[in-house]
Amino acid sequence: MSALTWSNMRSRVRESKIPPVYAILLIVFVSAIVLDAIFGRGQITSGVILTNMVVRSVALGIVAMGQTFVMLAASIDLSVAYLISVTAVMASYLMQGDPARVPLAVAAVFAIGGLVGLINGLIVSKLKVNPFIATLGVGLVLKGILNASFETFVGAVPRSFQTLGYGTLGPIPISILVLLAVTLISAFVLSRTRFGSHLYAVGGSEITSRLSGLRTDRVLILAHVVCSLTAVLTGLFVVSRLRSGAPWVGTDGLYDLESIAAVVVGGTALSGGKGGVIGTLAGVLIFGVLDTMFNQLGVDTFLKQVLRGAIIILAVASYTVRSKEKAA
Amino acid sequence: MANAEEPILEVRSITKRFPGVVALDNVSAQFYPGKVHAVVGENGAGKSTLMKILVGAYIPDEGEILFQGQPIHFSHPREAQEAGISIIYQEFNLLPERTVAQNIFLGREPTRYGLIDQRQLRRRTRDVLKQVGAEDMISPDAEVKSLSIAEQQLVEIAKALSFDSKVLIMDEPTAALATHEVEILTRLIHKLIEQGMAVIFISHRFTEVFDIADTITVLKDGQYVATAPATEVTPSKIITMMVGRELDQYFPRLARPEEIGEVMVQVVNGSNNKLHDINLTLRAGEIVGVAGLQGSGRTELAQALFGVAPFTSGQLTLKGQDSHVKSPNAAIHARMGFVTEDRKAEGIFPNQPLNDNILVSVRALQLVLGRIKRNGTASKPHLVSELVKQVDVRTPSLTQEVQYLSGGNQQKVVLAKWLASTCDIFIFDEPTRGIDVDAKASIHEMIRELTQAGAAVLMISSELPEVIGMSDRIVVMWDGRISGELPAGASEEDIMILATGHREQEAEAAVETAV
Repeated sequence: MSALTWSNMRSRVRESKIPPVYAILLIVFVSAIVLDAIFGRGQITSGVILTNMVVRSVALGIVAMGQTFVMLAASIDLSVAYLISVTAVMASYLMQGDPARVPLAVAAVFAIGGLVGLINGLIVSKLKVNPFIATLGVGLVLKGILNASFETFVGAVPRSFQTLGYGTLGPIPISILVLLAVTLISAFVLSRTRFGSHLYAVGGSEITSRLSGLRTDRVLILAHVVCSLTAVLTGLFVVSRLRSGAPWVGTDGLYDLESIAAVVVGGTALSGGKGGVIGTLAGVLIFGVLDTMFNQLGVDTFLKQVLRGAIIILAVASYTVRSKEKAA
Repeated sequence: MANAEEPILEVRSITKRFPGVVALDNVSAQFYPGKVHAVVGENGAGKSTLMKILVGAYIPDEGEILFQGQPIHFSHPREAQEAGISIIYQEFNLLPERTVAQNIFLGREPTRYGLIDQRQLRRRTRDVLKQVGAEDMISPDAEVKSLSIAEQQLVEIAKALSFDSKVLIMDEPTAALATHEVEILTRLIHKLIEQGMAVIFISHRFTEVFDIADTITVLKDGQYVATAPATEVTPSKIITMMVGRELDQYFPRLARPEEIGEVMVQVVNGSNNKLHDINLTLRAGEIVGVAGLQGSGRTELAQALFGVAPFTSGQLTLKGQDSHVKSPNAAIHARMGFVTEDRKAEGIFPNQPLNDNILVSVRALQLVLGRIKRNGTASKPHLVSELVKQVDVRTPSLTQEVQYLSGGNQQKVVLAKWLASTCDIFIFDEPTRGIDVDAKASIHEMIRELTQAGAAVLMISSELPEVIGMSDRIVVMWDGRISGELPAGASEEDIMILATGHREQEAEAAVETAV
């Protein structure tokens, strides 16, 4: 291929709305296929494994959408992992395997999530505590309460509720549809609603936003509520797969740091105001592809973590190089 | 001492290209020791690029740089600094949380037994502060953030002197200074050139260019236009060279009496912790200019009216109604718009598209939940393109990130934002700061068009010609008070008397003698 067409292609991709992270997703995916064909069993492209790959990404994907909201507003939420634990435990504790109690339990955990988001948002916007510390603090409080009340798996979710984690609609797992729905709704809210445009504004410049008449506090609070609600949804999904909730499911899943990493890999600026959930989806899928590939190749768990870390850094570094190119 | 006939620094046929633009095209210039050399030109003329090449921040594509007769190739600004060429940027390169001494000797702290020698650090800092005449004003141990802008500039100059600089480059050194501070700087520059230093500075302010400079070089669109001794050219001639046409009709006409309408804003005895007893009336159809030195409360007045730091006592009436503007949101609901002084930090969202920048305030006025249109509102779906046309923003597209627009175009975007929210009371704080001559004139024109359409305008400016040229009335501030009001066409002297509080001090003195 000549250089001209290559640069043509590059500029065409740049002009389209596809975030650059999809190029990385493509590279990772192609590498996975090649590596699997050489060293593995060459099954990575089979329907079962692909579906599994996406299903594994659902839990992280849902909460990463919410994390995108707060990070676009130049905030961050470290309490999501603890909130996921709280949700998983409270849902299975309240359901006690009884299908009739499902609506009550779901309403309760969403109420808890909304409250946690509200508290996060109020601390960040009104008390002006750095969001890193504020949400870590709230997370630790949640952890303390949870550990004081529960020690191990409690209660159970009824069989009907496991449809969320295991059910299918035709050939497609319901969980994938949930992730897709959350992504599309988030994308719509961000690009087509006032709240979305306010989020980008507040993240882009808090002072300019305030002087342009935005009630920046409300925007920030709402973003935190949205983020907490997605954490609750992830919690519900996790517990529907595990059948019962334990106080460590959220933190063991590393949902806090991984969701942040997925958002950043997806191209959302840590400083806020730039990015979106479509990029985050790719960030999440990159993790999914990597994990599946490592499993297929039988890579050692610790080496797996080293490689994951390195790939996160490489992906984000490639953006800095790109933006430097653009600035020159 | 260097021979004054030989240039200490010279650029020969320098060309610098950036993707899509030739920033400098075959530019040559000589800089002599003991002289002040001003480089002027519109924004984008290539002044900053030239300065950055001189200090090694950019590498030229063609041409050579001679320092003391020898070709030089700096690859890093530090190399230039060590060779004796220092630059002071408009936004200083100082660490606000560190002390003056730590800043000046950053990276070359004197050491003893491998530890920083605090005593020597202070002594050497005091020495260089003495050279800039600031040894009594600035303590080596003061944190930089506690210093005024003028003091920080002195620290930057002291830092340059600590490198034994032979060439000192200053980018817009007077932009943020009050008049008396400019005088101090001018005296210091004269002292430096007497010691044989070559001073190069970039400026938009012609009064100072002609006060300070011995030689003036004009750049235009990256090309060298002319170099002339300051005594042989006039400001209007320089402007002609910069823009390529005469700019005799610089300001739009003033309001006619019949154009001035009802009272839009009235403040009676407005006070807060920065402002005292403000009495102000603003009518539809008029531009009221606000003059005053830095720190006189000009910006605070704008912030009080706009609800950023509201009046805590007194009465504010907007369009005949008692108002309690407690937040910018409330001010915008009353159809007030505020074009702030610090455009980058307070006026625009640099990395966001033009359409979102323009629509942010309209959207802020509506319920947070609701769909948006990309380029307008539900009732006016093409609002953005209409406004872009109306205020003449030069942009390749409506989704262009505004950081890539020029300062003048960014300012037009800010104006379009307030037009979008149908404001009829406008506050402008330094509306043309950092904007080139051409765009300046069109912004002045637009401000006048606002009043002709029935809006009331309060315009704060530290450029006296702008205040005088634009205002139908002039309010002068001093020490958080309005020290006087002058009719259109007042002289600079009249304004300065009020702005320095002379009249008030005289009055107080008179009262004291009477008692």
